[in-house]
Amino acid sequence: MALAVGCRARPGKSRDNKTGSWRVFKPVFDREKCTQCGLCMTLCPEGCVHETEEGFVAPDYTYCKGCGICAEECPGTAIAMKQEEK
Amino acid sequence: MIDKNLELFDCGHRACGGCGAALAARLVTKAAGKDTIVVSATGCMEVFSTPYPETAWKVPWIHSLFENASAVASGIEASLKKQGRTEKVVIMAGDGATFDIGMICISGAFERGHDLTYICYDNEAYMNTGIQRSGATPYDASTTTSPAGKCSFGNKRPKKDMPQILAAHGAPYVATASIAYPADFMQKVEKAINTKGPCYVQVHAPCCTGWGFEGNQTVAIAKLAIETGLWVNFEMVDGKVVKAKKVVRKPVEEYLKTQKRFRHLFKPKRQDAEIAAIQAMADKNAEKYAIDIKLKKE
Repeated sequence: MALAVGCRARPGKSRDNKTGSWRVFKPVFDREKCTQCGLCMTLCPEGCVHETEEGFVAPDYTYCKGCGICAEECPGTAIAMKQEEK
Repeated sequence: MIDKNLELFDCGHRACGGCGAALAARLVTKAAGKDTIVVSATGCMEVFSTPYPETAWKVPWIHSLFENASAVASGIEASLKKQGRTEKVVIMAGDGATFDIGMICISGAFERGHDLTYICYDNEAYMNTGIQRSGATPYDASTTTSPAGKCSFGNKRPKKDMPQILAAHGAPYVATASIAYPADFMQKVEKAINTKGPCYVQVHAPCCTGWGFEGNQTVAIAKLAIETGLWVNFEMVDGKVVKAKKVVRKPVEEYLKTQKRFRHLFKPKRQDAEIAAIQAMADKNAEKYAIDIKLKKE
């Protein structure tokens, strides 16, 4: 691979690396129990939990590694970790 | 003002699931905003965020060597000053680069009084190269270079007091924070960036791989460190402690039991003397920073 001058890279190019394939357990968000406090959005190390167009909170499964911090820290019980079958 | 929706540390980086340092990087970029230049020292964060040709950073970012992040940042700051530009320079380095390897360059940059913000994500060992002890490794933690066994309980030395060292350099703002309290951490980063002169923020960032716990426990363990008094969140302005987070303290055991690096203190035999020594360190912290909340007797 040829190196660019200064080994520079385009900002946010890491998005090419779809880390969702690492996942074993998948966080499933319960829209009825979610109070939209936003704690999961703040605490996600990937920064992949976001607000959807309909105003709900959802993770981006393309990048979610399934660490489960969101489910663990949710003040309610709106997030459940479920084993994923691929 | 901190824009909570600002994402300048992107998805797709290669940190372990549940990485405390990745969360710290996200929170720092949120608090620092887009007019920031980030200088990284060698370390886990540098490696997982920028495997060439990828980068998770959406702000200008530079890495040179392990030891010279502060020197590189000093040069950038001096150049920006000469050009009359207003971008802020933020250094992000791990505890190895801060407590051990980068010490000379940090001391130089702080002594020259550059307008920098130094953020140390403290995961208490050299995690990237395979969990070797650093100056930040706590007492009795088992690492690959301080293994617990028949003749040893792990790391023999207590953690180096880096905030005090930098406060002694005359830093106008020195603070410690934890990823378990993100709002507090972001506020401290914002304050450090807006304070003129060299400022230092040390953030406790648990490492699930190095400390030995499940990735979903990262925030819970960071919280336990505060609640047991083994980590104190405080702020120092001009060398004086002005604020420290008060807690109703739990016994240190509750923190130690959650991690594999302290497993030898409980198995095969409970080591009461060692646990008492660690408890004494927490008590000393509590006294030094007056963090105990006195509950009223009923």
